[in-house]
Formats: sequence, structure tokens, C-alpha cells
Amino acid sequence: MFDFSGLSNAVIAGDEEVVLDLAQKALDAKVDPLSVINDGLIAGMNVVGARFKVNDMYVPEVLMSAAAMKAGVALVKPLLTSGETANKGTVIIGTVTGDLHDIGKSLVGMMLECSGYAVVDLGVDVSGDDFVAAVKANKAGIVALSCMLTTTMLQMKTTIETLVAQGVRNDVKVIIGGAPITQEFSDNIGSDGYATDAAGAVDLVTKLLN
Amino acid sequence: MAVKYTELAYTNVDEFVYGSAKKPVVCANGMVIGGGTVYPELNCTLPMMLITEETMPKVLAQYEEMLHGVCSMGVELKVPGMLVEIELLPPCTFNPQWGIDVTKVVKGVMKEYEQKFGLKSLLRMTPVDVREGKTLKHMYKGAEWDQVIDTMKGCAANGADFLSIESIGGKHLHDESVMNIDLPKAVFSLGIVGCRDMKILWDEIVKIAADNNILPAGDTACGFANTSMVMGHKNFIPKVFAAIDRVMCAVRTMVAVESGAVGPDKDCGYEGVYLKAITGTPISMEGRVAACAHSSAVGNVSLALADCWSNESVENVRLLGNMAPTVSMEQLAYDCRQMNVATEKGFALQMRDILVESDNKYDPTAYIMTPAVVLKIAGEIVKGKTHFERTKIAAGATITELRAAAQAGLLELGPKEIKYLDIFEKQLKGIPDDEAKFTADMIKANPKHDLGMYDIS
Repeated sequence: MFDFSGLSNAVIAGDEEVVLDLAQKALDAKVDPLSVINDGLIAGMNVVGARFKVNDMYVPEVLMSAAAMKAGVALVKPLLTSGETANKGTVIIGTVTGDLHDIGKSLVGMMLECSGYAVVDLGVDVSGDDFVAAVKANKAGIVALSCMLTTTMLQMKTTIETLVAQGVRNDVKVIIGGAPITQEFSDNIGSDGYATDAAGAVDLVTKLLN
Repeated sequence: MAVKYTELAYTNVDEFVYGSAKKPVVCANGMVIGGGTVYPELNCTLPMMLITEETMPKVLAQYEEMLHGVCSMGVELKVPGMLVEIELLPPCTFNPQWGIDVTKVVKGVMKEYEQKFGLKSLLRMTPVDVREGKTLKHMYKGAEWDQVIDTMKGCAANGADFLSIESIGGKHLHDESVMNIDLPKAVFSLGIVGCRDMKILWDEIVKIAADNNILPAGDTACGFANTSMVMGHKNFIPKVFAAIDRVMCAVRTMVAVESGAVGPDKDCGYEGVYLKAITGTPISMEGRVAACAHSSAVGNVSLALADCWSNESVENVRLLGNMAPTVSMEQLAYDCRQMNVATEKGFALQMRDILVESDNKYDPTAYIMTPAVVLKIAGEIVKGKTHFERTKIAAGATITELRAAAQAGLLELGPKEIKYLDIFEKQLKGIPDDEAKFTADMIKANPKHDLGMYDIS
């Protein structure tokens, strides 16, 4: 059996060069490409995620690990057989209409990407119609809504109503987050979940998609 | 672009204290900001509600209710004067008339309490810098620019005493620099893009204020160093990056004063201490009473040099004691009373140092807010001949001071933080001295950002 520890450690260290070298060696040794991704690259990122959760890694270090993992996935992906996928699902993320706050949402998107999800970031001040269009275009499993203002919280409810009105609400799970949000608010507007931070959002998405 | 202020306003650290500024702001109602008294500055915002044409009457009623509460508390606690800041919410800048209507309502209540009870008060209006988003084509022309400027003009003509803004020029680059702890990109976003943007924006704000016989107060690095400070506080990035970023931001925030802003500088600009050191401008600050809005590691030290003491922002919700803005007003008023009595009894320096020493060894941002450290680093900053050069100097001097403080046991810094000081020093050394070359390099390295929006090419 191929020893994936070197590959995983290179992902943790964010060393793209070593990741590419060891991923190629695994392929040369006829290791199943999907196993290279799951047991080598994503296994490394799982450690990164766990260390980030307990404040043992900074965001930029996580980003370097993610970049190394992506480089490895890009190398292996063309060798996957039909039906095999390199990501765990697609998340549409954005800050709702009227709200221009960006960085908290970006952080959640980044952590989801690092955890193996495909993320489509629609940016800030995103209308319900734009969320619907993105869900349709990307066959997304999750819609993640962000806001920072007490005066834009209710746009989350409006967005969910738009998803219902345009017939895509049953196709996706909706999660919400942001400084003024609470679990009670999440329940009241009919969202499927709420997380207090980026690491919690990853756990929530994983739970909802499984 | 020429820099001003080539010497420090303060050379003696014993003169550098809360409540007193070298260039106090004398107001028509007799209040003097930085004239020896610390004043409370109350900031409040709406509870959960939409702002639309239909809800605007309810929005205005909320502001009226909040102002009655805080002004009543001001009267009850016999404050010598107070400031109210309204940071307009985005719809009230996208629709300048709504911002004007808020200004009228708030000022109306303030006038009522002045007439009935003699409560002296001043209103700071802060429109939102809406120059971002998908529809933005240019920073200085088009709908977003017009909305900011029209709201400024409307607020100025309808009751504001001070104009402020949390400007965002260069923020898109800075956000990336924080996420990647990329010091050269932070230097570019602040020292070149941000400073140029500030000059254009603040020349306009100063003109609006002059046309309306009111005062241009100041800006803040809220969208910049506050982002990195919060990220550092959550252990998402090294805390030393946040401290370096804070001092670099002082150069950008100071451009408002170079353009004619007189203070008090905005509360959430913790770099205001550098502004006060260099320009003598009075500053508003926020700390422990702003915990209603966000957590920080500078709750006490931020009060040590403050001329106005703010709660940052609190929404109008019911607490056991009272509505939240009224509760905040009470907290601010008691803090200010304590500070002013300490001054009257000749204990201002002792009070300042107690506040400083209760925070400054636990966090690098708290450390670089220590008055003596501020004067030392500020003394280096003013040696720079350009904003770019000053921003680089700010970063280098901060790294030097943080390392020395850690070695001397004055600041608790873990090995990982120390390691990043070395990394940032190396990044800084890689920045060329030639501003034009650096600009060209950064434009090439950041092709997805259209700097033509800033007329930078």
C-alpha cells in the first residue's frame, strides 16, 4: 500500500512543489487517482482544518495548504474516471442585498474550499434572483447567505422566499451567518442552519450534505 | 503628492494625555474638543428592520426614540457636553434624501434638549462610503461618488456639526493583503492607492464643510487595520501583522488632516493616537464601552489619549437597564466623569499610565498605542518625504519596536508571532524605494484589480 504520509504532510506544510512531486510518484506507482486525492491530498487538508479550528494555524497558512492541495488535485483530476468527482459538493455564497461586507463571507468560502467543496462566491449586495440563477447554473447543494447589519438581516428571509417562489428551495439547503445572526433568527426565517464562524460553517455544510 | 507635518506636535510625553490636544477644536456652542475635557460620543444604529421608502417613517421614529433616550441620560448625568455620531446605513447614502431626513430628526432632538435643558451637544454625520460593488465604474465619478458627495452636502446643510467617513479607497487590495499577510500589498494599498484616494475625497469633504460653515472631522482605518485587528484577535492572522498594519494606516488616515480636517478624528481609528502625536488633532477613541459592537484587546489603553470617548455603535434593543443606546450613554458618561475628575485633581498622567499598563503587555496593538512608543514611532514616520516612504517607515519602525519590547519582556509575544516579525521584515526589505517602480510591479502582480478606477496606471 502506498504511504500517503509524505503527501499529506506536504499539503499541511503548504509545499506545492513537494505535493506535485509526491502526487506524481503515487500516480507512477499506479495508485488509484481517487485515492491520491482522498487519502493523500484531502487527508492533509483535514488535518489543516482541525488545526485551524484550535488556533494552531493562521488563515494564510491554511491558504497555502489549500493552494498546494489544489495543485495536486489539478494534476490528478484528468485521470479520474467518469462519474468520479474531485469535490464534495457545490456551495453558492454571497452577502445579501444592501450589505457590502465581504471579508467574513470570503473567509467562510475559503474554509469550505479548503475542505474540498466547490465554492461559487457571488460577492456582496447579491439579490435573490442572482442566488437562484447561480443555483441553477451550478447545480449547487448549499446556498450560504451572509450579512453584517441589523438592517439587512431580513433580506435573508426575502432571499429564501425568492428561492421558494422560483422553485429551487427544495433543491438546496440554505445556511446563514454574520455578526447579528442567531439560531433563533435562523429558525424563524426557515433557513436550514446557522454557524457562528468559518470552521462551524464547514461542519454545518458537511452535516447537511451527508 | 506632498506631505505635511514634518515634525511632531508633541515632543514631551508628559504633555501627551487624554482630554487635551495641541490643536483643540473650538465649537460655536462653547464646547472645546481637546481643551481639557473628555466628552462622551454616543453612536447608535437601528435594530433589525428593513430600510425602504415604506419603512422610513419607522426608521426616523427609531432615531428619534434613541436620541431622546441618550439626551435624557446626558441631562440626568449632567454631562458638560456630548457628541452624537450617526453612521448612516447604506440605503441612507444610496438615497441621500433619507440620510438628510435622519440628520434633521437627530439634530431636532439635540436642539430640543439644548433649548429645554441646556444640554450642549454636537452631531457627527458619517455617510457610508458606497464606492464598491459590482456596478462601480470609477471612484470619482458616477452614481456611487455622487451619492457619497450628495449625502455629505445634505447632512452638512441640515444639522451636522462634523463630517466624517470610513473611506475605503484601496480596501479591495488590502483585504487580500490581510488574508495572505502580504505586507508589500498592504503598503501599496495604504501608502499609494489609499493615500491618493484620501486626498481626492477629503479635499471635497473639506470644501463641503467650509461651504456650510461646519467642521471636517476625520477618517478612520476601519475597513483596513480594524479588519486585521479583528482577524488577529480571532487568531486568524498573526497579531503583529495587525499592529504593523495599524501604524501604517496612520499615514493614510492623516491625509484627511493634511487636506484640512480638524478633528475629532473618528472613534474606530485606533491609529488616531499617531494622528494626535503628529498633527495635534483631537481624537475620538473607543474601547471597553465598545464591547457592545466588537471585542478588542485595547479596551483601556485606547482611553489613555482620547479626547472623546465612544461606544462604536449599538443597536436600539431593550436591555434590563434601559434601551441599549441609553445604557451606552450612561457608561460613557461615567467613564468621562472619572477621567475629568482625575485631571482636575492633577492625576491625569497617573490615570493615563494605569490605562496603558493594564493592557499594553498583552497585545502588540495595545503596545504600539503606548504614548512613549507612539511618539518614538511617529518621530520616525515624519522623516518620510512621501506617503509611500512614510508607510514603509511605519512598518519598519513598528517591527523594530515590537521585537525590542518582546526581548525586554515588555510585551508577551509567542515564538510564532516572533517568527512572523522576521518574515514581515524580510517582506518589507523586498519593497523597492522607487515608488513608480513599486506601483508598476504591483499593478502587474494584481491584474484583476482595475486601478484605472483610481486614475492610477
